Amino acid sequence: MSEHGQQKKTLLWLQSGGCGGCTMAMITAESPDFAAFLEAAGIRLLWHPSLSLETATEAAAVFDAVLEGDEPLDILCLEGAVMRGPDGTGRFHMLGDGSGRTMMELVDALARRARHVVAVGSCAAWGGVTAAGGNETEACGLAYEGDLPGGLLGPSFRAAGGLPVVNIPGCAPHPGWILETLMNLADDVPAEQDLDAFGRPLAIFGHLAHHGCPRNEYYEFKASAEQLSDLGCMMEHLGCKGTQAAGDCNRRGWNGGGSCLKGGFPCIACTEPMFEQVEHAFVETPKVAGIPVGLPTDMPKAWFVALASLSKAATPERLRCNAVSDRTVLAPGAGNGRRRS
Amino acid sequence: MRRISIGPFNRVEGDLEVTLEVEGGRVARARVVSPLYRGFERMLEGRDARDALALVPRICGICSISQSMAAAAALRAFSGARPPANALLASALLHAAENVADHLTHFHLFFMPDFTRDHYSDRWWFGEVRDRFATMKGAAVRPMLRARAELLHITGILAGKWPHTLAIQPGGLTRAPERGDIQRLRLVLHAFRRHAEERLFGAPLEEVAALDGMNALLAFAGERERPRGDFGLFALLAEDLDLYRLGRWNGALMSAGAYEPRPGTHLFAAGVVHPGEARRRPLFPERMEEDASHAWLASAEEGARHPFDGATVPDPDRPGAYTWCKAPRLAGQPVETGALARQAVDGHPLIRAALARAGDMPSVAGRVLARLLEIARLVPAMEDWVRAMRPGEPFMQRPAPAMPDGGRACGLVEAARGTLGHWLRVERGRLRSYQIIAPTTWNFSPRDANGVPGPLEQALEGTPVEADDPASAVLVQHVVRSFDPCMVCTVH
Repeated sequence: MSEHGQQKKTLLWLQSGGCGGCTMAMITAESPDFAAFLEAAGIRLLWHPSLSLETATEAAAVFDAVLEGDEPLDILCLEGAVMRGPDGTGRFHMLGDGSGRTMMELVDALARRARHVVAVGSCAAWGGVTAAGGNETEACGLAYEGDLPGGLLGPSFRAAGGLPVVNIPGCAPHPGWILETLMNLADDVPAEQDLDAFGRPLAIFGHLAHHGCPRNEYYEFKASAEQLSDLGCMMEHLGCKGTQAAGDCNRRGWNGGGSCLKGGFPCIACTEPMFEQVEHAFVETPKVAGIPVGLPTDMPKAWFVALASLSKAATPERLRCNAVSDRTVLAPGAGNGRRRS
Repeated sequence: MRRISIGPFNRVEGDLEVTLEVEGGRVARARVVSPLYRGFERMLEGRDARDALALVPRICGICSISQSMAAAAALRAFSGARPPANALLASALLHAAENVADHLTHFHLFFMPDFTRDHYSDRWWFGEVRDRFATMKGAAVRPMLRARAELLHITGILAGKWPHTLAIQPGGLTRAPERGDIQRLRLVLHAFRRHAEERLFGAPLEEVAALDGMNALLAFAGERERPRGDFGLFALLAEDLDLYRLGRWNGALMSAGAYEPRPGTHLFAAGVVHPGEARRRPLFPERMEEDASHAWLASAEEGARHPFDGATVPDPDRPGAYTWCKAPRLAGQPVETGALARQAVDGHPLIRAALARAGDMPSVAGRVLARLLEIARLVPAMEDWVRAMRPGEPFMQRPAPAMPDGGRACGLVEAARGTLGHWLRVERGRLRSYQIIAPTTWNFSPRDANGVPGPLEQALEGTPVEADDPASAVLVQHVVRSFDPCMVCTVH
């Protein structure tokens, strides 16, 4: 029973084709820490591969209790892609419990028992990095294969609670994305209209990585970085996809206040389906006739080009200079024009 | 003879199954099965060499920075990049922060919970250990999670986020921290030192780092009634259960040398030691080979291959195979790698004593002590590196040297779990091959073409198996988890 005297909600977490980084990120949660989160959210962890005592037969007994209906399952989380290979058999990931079951079979069976099904991270959502290159492992997401609906559970899948698979992509996702979503699901808050077309919670993925980007002034004036470690906007030359990637990444702090952009490297759109399938190098912007191919999604291209050339013409010397430096050399405001050493 | 299969073997990073043949109540033969294949080496083939920096960290969510460091080291050797002094300090700091966080995660979340099982309810320490380490409930768990999260603010400050950053480049760091950032690094380390001294060790870090033998350790650990920190409690528990006799095997220990805050100077030395010999031998990476004779991988020609000549092509129906893991060998022999190996190679007297106590062999107790000792040795070094940073000076070589059109290079680093190597070959500006040998590939190697088992397979032999139920094979679990396996790296 939770502190409010209500029945605790059950959570079962499985991992398949992935790196475990979503869990590792999740347990960097602060205020509160993950253990306190479970208490506060009224969630009982039935089993988690990294965090539970139960191993081998004990773990299999937990799975079987759910499959036989003896243990209700409120939330099933999958971290990592579903490994369908080789040749659709799932044998690239055996459960290893001596039953001969593949992880693919177990995930499929449990998903049909769960009130809510959650794909944690881009691998579980779309296939992600696990599907990169030729995807010889036949990796896919729970309800998507890349950007195509389907995946393991099929395009019409609805969990018992009525929702499609709830996707929390990111590589790795912010711990807050995972915990806030789990808390909402434990409270049965979300409805289908709270999710975007890719099944992502709109509260988080109704933003772009671009929102709150610390380089916004450089973006406004098209003062571009030319090499990694430059302070300028990385969209024109260094492959930054922040204007096209869903997520409130730059509206919250990562590991005490960081973000990819604050760390000085471009957004590679890790929340988006197929982000791993780029043709060009991740840190280069593909261009046609000198114009970046990937412009903001919902802006007419001609306008963007016109505005860009106007703002380039208006770029203050301060930004033009700082954009190609690794630290602020000309300070704004009262220090305007004063060189910082 | 009985056969037991233990899987899914949890509280390891990734997926694992261990199959045992038991005779007379002890393990006669063990096979370590890595049941998941991912194919990272294949997905890198044909890509721009710089893409390795975006993809290889994603091999591993727990040692992501180690993967970045190995890729950056290989690309640095390949391109001739020369990172400035600040960059070496900052990347050593990032690497150390991850490794300390991993040691904490292993001790509190993966290893110690096994001692909270009712199996040990008659031991004097049982109540104390259960109070501190019960999964997600123990009194040590929440403070550790908070300390770990705050320690990883180092990654937020220097590298944007953790895991999976693109900040670590061959020529340095994509972010030049300012003086205020560097002051914040000092504060983060101070807070972590307080946590480690108050809870983990119950003593100044320097006092732990200065322990020079088993007598000193036991004197430090204190009395049953009041063990000194979680470290002291573990030392007493290890004594009570004689964990120095568990998980032993007769093999060499390897370290590629850890943390290079200044060019050519490792904090922990590189080399190979045979327990029982004082002499440290040099490590020759050119004598590393991988053999796929027991892996579900096709090999065009049989026999072991150096990673520059290696290939990874799945063949799930290969006869005689039982794992996705290759068998790496150093000069034809299996070797153990990890914190114990690092501290033994570096010649730390406490760890040399722990090896001697175990009959000149690595053991469950030695592996766990070495990890905790390493925390005590690393944090003061991290403080030094922060003090040595010069905020006005560059953190990146500008401009970065261009990547050559062809060639090959290798990058070797020490992840928390041991030696990690990346070997890349580039032809016409594209990756022709990218081979990786991860720490747990060494430790959890299957048999090689000569039938010689890997380190864990040997370390399990002779381990008592208490009951038929796999979950009750508690001693086997201690042995396996003492290596802190990272299966996601193993089968990349």
